[in-house]
Amino acid sequence: MSEQATRSHTVSVTVNGREFEGIVEDRKTLADFLREDCVLTGTHIGCEQGVCGACTVLLDGAAVRSCLVFAVQADGASITTIEGLAPDGAPLTAVQQAFMDNHGLQCGFCTAGFVISVEAFLRDHPNPTDEEIREGLSGNVCRCTGYQGIIAAVRQAAAASAQEVRR
Amino acid sequence: MKPSAFTYHAPTTLEQALELLEEFGDDAKALAGGQSLVPMMAFRLAAFGHLVDLGRIESLRGIDERDGGLRIGAGTRQCVLETDERVARLTPIVTEATRLIGHFQIRNRGTIGGSLAHADPAAEYSAVALATDATVEVASTAGTRTLAADDLFESAYSTTLAPSELITAIEIPAARAGDGFAIRELTRRMGDFALAGAAVRVTRDGDGSLSDARVVAFAVAGRPLRLREAEQALNSGAAAADLAQALERATSDLEPADDAVATGHYRKVVIGHVAMQAIQQAVERAGNGATQQ
Repeated sequence: MSEQATRSHTVSVTVNGREFEGIVEDRKTLADFLREDCVLTGTHIGCEQGVCGACTVLLDGAAVRSCLVFAVQADGASITTIEGLAPDGAPLTAVQQAFMDNHGLQCGFCTAGFVISVEAFLRDHPNPTDEEIREGLSGNVCRCTGYQGIIAAVRQAAAASAQEVRR
Repeated sequence: MKPSAFTYHAPTTLEQALELLEEFGDDAKALAGGQSLVPMMAFRLAAFGHLVDLGRIESLRGIDERDGGLRIGAGTRQCVLETDERVARLTPIVTEATRLIGHFQIRNRGTIGGSLAHADPAAEYSAVALATDATVEVASTAGTRTLAADDLFESAYSTTLAPSELITAIEIPAARAGDGFAIRELTRRMGDFALAGAAVRVTRDGDGSLSDARVVAFAVAGRPLRLREAEQALNSGAAAADLAQALERATSDLEPADDAVATGHYRKVVIGHVAMQAIQQAVERAGNGATQQ
């Protein structure tokens, strides 16, 4: 390849079940691609350096910080954002409902990242202890208030899922 | 901030990746999990004309039992190591260290090779590599070579590797009967970078004495360091008080840097305590009760 090699690539991804294809600058992060190219602005960008967790999405099922993945790296992948959890008219997921019931929102900026992270966390740890919950949430701890509502929401969502399994 | 512009390459074979690194030299950087490199690029602390993504090279991933130990492909993600049964059985300190790395979202992307190559002074894997006498496999278009982990690390964020060289695997000897391992670190919040940390191995011999100790301090110098005086004290069956003195001597020359979360002085004070905790736990796990009195 020459120095004049292209600095953009065609990226095709499936986001919330819908296919998106576009020519994307190589340096564009997945977070910016989702917000600007897919116009899915539910994914928030807080610190843009992988610390705050607000931009967490599911990339082929794994919770990742979308500001630390370049969109070109995600070519061919399947992504779920906050918009994909309960699309138009669908009932809220157990996690979303639990966040609502327990006011697990705080200022709200971090909420999309929390909800996505908790969806992945509870899938992998269906019966978490309080300590596991705190560890599971540690990657999204932002900077306001005490997270008690969020912890209560995770407990409720875990219990709701357990009940679902027993039925 | 946004990273400066670069050209992205996505080779699917190791050979292609090595050719790209050779062609672009200093102006190219290998992209593994990106959990440290991308923030540095976003801060514009690092800028490269070419990024060579290793994520599509299947041969760099995987865990194999070899010569009684493990050969771990450099591209193996931390989340895989965290839950792998062979890793837990043969190299339990790797499992334990992995849980200390960042948060689960970070471990879903981060790789062991990327962590070693990034050479963050606070990196758990670097210290574990020293504590386990691990070796690192390196490749370039000129061929492959193997080096001891101790010879890999130079200074903060800097290894002895040439720009055209790539870490392809790490080989970690399996824990032997009588081995005890521990890794401890001090952080302000769960998942933060360690303010001071220690990885320890001791071996309990048939006669009850300890040998072959490794006491590795991390996050208190530009690279992980073996605290040899403490190792010697353990090997010679020193009493707890003598061990504490040996630790103090071993850390007296350290000059950890000040940063936003802790002063260098604080790090220097706590490293002795963190190392002592790790030693006690390793000795306990090696069997036969607590530190020899």
